[in-house]
Amino acid sequence: MPQPNVLIIRAPGTNCDQETAFAFEKAGARTELLHINRLLENPDLFGQFQILCIPGGFSYGDDVAAGRILGNQIHHHLAEPLARFKADGKLILGICNGFQVLMKSGVLLDGDAENGPAATLTYNDSGKFEDRWVRLHVRGSKSVFLTGIESMYLPVAHAEGKFVTRDEEALAELDAAGQFVLRYVSQRGGGGGVAYPDNPNGSVADVAGICDTTGRVLGLMPHPERHIDPTHHPRWTRGEAGPVGDGLKVFVNAVEYFA
Amino acid sequence: PKPGVMDPVAQSALAAIADFDIQADAVRTLKKYWIGGLSDEQLEPLCSKILANDAIEQVIVGPLDFDRLEVGSPYEFKLLTVPIRVMDEKALERLALEGQLYLSPAEMQTIQAHYRSLGRDTTDVELETIAQTWSEHCSHKTLAGRIRYQDPDGERRFENMLKETIFAATVEIREKAGPADWCVSVFSDNAGVIRFDEKYNVVFKVETHNHPSALEPYGGANTGIGGVIRDPMGTGMGAKPICNTDVFCFAPPDTRPEDLPPGVLHPRRVMRGVVEGVRDYGNRMGIPTINGAIYFDPRYLGNPLVYCGNVGLIPREKSFKHPKPGDLAVAVGGRTGRDGIHGATFSSAELTSQSETLSGGAVQIGNAITEKMLLDVLMVARDRGLYNAVTDCGAGGFSSAVGEMGEQIGAEVWLDRVPLKYEGLSYTEIWISEAQERMTLSVPEEHWEELSALCASEGVEATVIGRFVPTGRLVLKYNDRQVADLSMEFLHGGRPPVVRDAVYTPPPIEPLVLPERETWDHTGELLRILGSLNVASKEWVIRQYDHEVQGGSVIKPLVGTENDGPGDAAVVRPVLDSRRGIVISCGMNPRYGDLDTYWMAAAAIDEAIRNCVAVGADPQRIAILDNFCWGNTDRPETLGSLVRAALACHDLATELGTPFISGKDSLNNEFRPAGADEPISIPPSLLISAIGQVDDVGRCVTMDLKAPGNYLYQVGPTKNELGGSHFALVESLSGGQVPKVDVERAKKTFAALHEAIDAGLVRACHDLSEGGLAVAAAEMAFAGDLGARISLAEVPKSADAEDAPAAVLLFSESNTRFLVEVPPEKAGAFEAALAEVPHALIGEVIDTGKLEIFGPPTTIPDEGGETGIPLVIEADLKTLKEAWQEPLRW
Repeated sequence: MPQPNVLIIRAPGTNCDQETAFAFEKAGARTELLHINRLLENPDLFGQFQILCIPGGFSYGDDVAAGRILGNQIHHHLAEPLARFKADGKLILGICNGFQVLMKSGVLLDGDAENGPAATLTYNDSGKFEDRWVRLHVRGSKSVFLTGIESMYLPVAHAEGKFVTRDEEALAELDAAGQFVLRYVSQRGGGGGVAYPDNPNGSVADVAGICDTTGRVLGLMPHPERHIDPTHHPRWTRGEAGPVGDGLKVFVNAVEYFA
Repeated sequence: PKPGVMDPVAQSALAAIADFDIQADAVRTLKKYWIGGLSDEQLEPLCSKILANDAIEQVIVGPLDFDRLEVGSPYEFKLLTVPIRVMDEKALERLALEGQLYLSPAEMQTIQAHYRSLGRDTTDVELETIAQTWSEHCSHKTLAGRIRYQDPDGERRFENMLKETIFAATVEIREKAGPADWCVSVFSDNAGVIRFDEKYNVVFKVETHNHPSALEPYGGANTGIGGVIRDPMGTGMGAKPICNTDVFCFAPPDTRPEDLPPGVLHPRRVMRGVVEGVRDYGNRMGIPTINGAIYFDPRYLGNPLVYCGNVGLIPREKSFKHPKPGDLAVAVGGRTGRDGIHGATFSSAELTSQSETLSGGAVQIGNAITEKMLLDVLMVARDRGLYNAVTDCGAGGFSSAVGEMGEQIGAEVWLDRVPLKYEGLSYTEIWISEAQERMTLSVPEEHWEELSALCASEGVEATVIGRFVPTGRLVLKYNDRQVADLSMEFLHGGRPPVVRDAVYTPPPIEPLVLPERETWDHTGELLRILGSLNVASKEWVIRQYDHEVQGGSVIKPLVGTENDGPGDAAVVRPVLDSRRGIVISCGMNPRYGDLDTYWMAAAAIDEAIRNCVAVGADPQRIAILDNFCWGNTDRPETLGSLVRAALACHDLATELGTPFISGKDSLNNEFRPAGADEPISIPPSLLISAIGQVDDVGRCVTMDLKAPGNYLYQVGPTKNELGGSHFALVESLSGGQVPKVDVERAKKTFAALHEAIDAGLVRACHDLSEGGLAVAAAEMAFAGDLGARISLAEVPKSADAEDAPAAVLLFSESNTRFLVEVPPEKAGAFEAALAEVPHALIGEVIDTGKLEIFGPPTTIPDEGGETGIPLVIEADLKTLKEAWQEPLRW
């Protein structure tokens, strides 16, 4: 099987880069961590890679807004090479802060000129950073990263993960386009809406992750790289963990896409 | 923020604005509030005390009138000298006080004599350097000094108290271990270093940041964790931080506002600020915060305690540093500003209602991202071998960093080269500033170019500020003008020894008398203990910390069916492709200190170790750290209580073979309310932090009950030890026997239990601490969402508890005890493993969703005329859990 090259972007405040690289390697990929400055100096570097990942962390301290400053840098200086990266049928993954960056940079959803972006991520309803595990339901088969996955149990750790759309219309459109590929579901069963803390941040339509129209770009708030080993599961001592963590398949799917 | 106070958002905004090719000179963040219908009298306190903290923030009422942001005005060089030679005692005293030097008369006179012998006056910066180097914070002169200690057993003289107690224990243990010694570097570098595996060592350091946190909780705690993270980064050639711990002591959050002395922030505000400060720094650095505790006592009102710890991973061959003559002194990281001037000396001062205004300068705000960027380049530079030594700029700033690194060599520093946040700093301010996120490297000339290129490539500032020269002198220059010339020998060896008296008189042991009652409501007592602040769930705090970043989480701080039960210790895998784990736990119990600090210390050590062992750590590989936070040790009885605790540390460590590898003390934790002649002293507060290891994390266990039908064993006997217990607390009872430690039995117990856990015989294990057996059983039950039925008659007891009432068997806090869940089919093997230590089958796991505890058989008929075996505790899990979760569910 050909080994795809994964580019993992580092920026000031990025901090999930190493475990994310480890997850990709466990899935069979070759990885390289590059500082954003290297790419700004030489955008051609994108050409060497098949998969681009913006990992979690606090890029530029989340100052102004989570992912905003790195998002701007990408939007202003790297929009064109990234468009080409997408057009070449390659894959882009944004986890947590990376998801926020993909949203603020317009890589994931292309907003329209007068109304601005169709959706964004904002402060949790709880008003604070929280680290907790959530149950996720995978909807549709649109996303390359989620092929063959029905549900996942993963941790979230963020303060600004509430997904909101510009308006009802935008919500309906994205939903109809099948882009709401990951949703928080109730862990205690029971119908109706998904209440806090199962929906940990108050996202509309319980959205935990979305893909672009091609299905080759995925952004999600939960951390798949934090559940690749059985002992990552919070209740593995109760025998509730599987042979491998739920999150590993996300990385395996990305690698196998190039098989 | 006030001009000069760290403003991270502004820094990022500046960069972002530049990204739009817009030119901006300075940015400052402001918060705007619209307030109506308040008189000026109401507005003033609202603004300066609640909305803002005038220690660091500036309040502007009405329109923003300024048209420019002050960024400092140019500094005009003027060499300042102090005529110390001609001063009389009074003048010296005034100089020490007004200069915020906090030096003793004897020390001032020594300095005076030194300059008389030199035949010149001291420069201001020389005096500051000496004061800072000789400060309690940097030299630990009291505990490492001469002490004449007296207790009922007689008198003992110490030349160096720490060396002869705590260090001595480690030395003995290492000698005993011989070639099997797994300590690498202890009590010498910025953190203790021990062996981890074939490739790596681990380092551990715990610091306190109490006084800054009292003035500005967010900034104090923020820079507290930021500072302790730089300790492992500055250990050896630099360790990679892998997890944080934090332990706080506050006054009760329900303290009535009208009971607050002036100048004191409300405990609830202090707690929120401290938690947010640790959260924002730890999370941004990408270091999981995996262990901690919070203790409440009214005596922490004006002087809260903030302990922050960090563990680092370092390649074995990088564990030592060797600065070389000729190396360049290089400053990396953040710029230098006025923040944190006099922090080192300020920590030796008693807090007063004036501290806020007096020492506001000692308060700092951190910028975690600057430190993260610094860490990223430091790790690369270390692995490329670009420097010979690294140390952090902590208390004392460059003064201590360069001073320590050049102690054996000598150094010349060019202060005008230090990059500044803004203009106007004097050479002295530059030298002693405690601005955050700075480290100093000792760099061979030939590597400077590569290092500076590496730093530039990631936007980290690196500047040559001096050179280590083999002169044995510390020379400071500003624009080629010499401003200081100190001999390293006088600086580090010239301090007159501090000689102190210490007295310990044991308080008479008052028996704890249980009130006469028709019937006891033990269920009610259990609920009140579960709801007491020290025991109650800290989930509100824990969830705000990222405890899983770096991808090595194995046992999380919260465990059980709902991921919200109280784990004993956290476990992480620092090397992702290995199964070997690090275990972190702590022990502390200020309440016992009021009865006997010896047994308080013993209990803290026992608790820290048993928490580690409870999850599967190998007791032969546990190392511990001591952090003493005490009141004013000028009082012989206060120092006496500390020495007594140190003696316990020596005895326990040696007997258990558990070495101390690092420690720190913070004395003078007292607060003097305005007008009061007696200061409020904190209770003796010794934190013991433990770092354990597991060969295979797959063999770790958690405390939540697993399956109905499993047996419950109590390991370790219960004694009649309700002194200082939480039962006594909620029942407002005093006196009683403080829990002691039978060290020999403890050692056997830890070894035997570990063997059982390692052999896979144990499904759940929880240590018995605050609230004793009843609380442990309740926690295990609701964490596992399973009931338990326990019979007190079966509980292993010592002679003094043979016919003790149920209250003792339920709530006594005797040390070295565990409650263990074992599957019936493994009971035989378990009992064989525990054969050498007292243990007994006391109950079983049931699926009724209830905790049922039966008392000892009675012959007195109860109200129903029944004799026999009374049900002394009956409660459903929901009630128990709610009682435990409700108090701190903010």
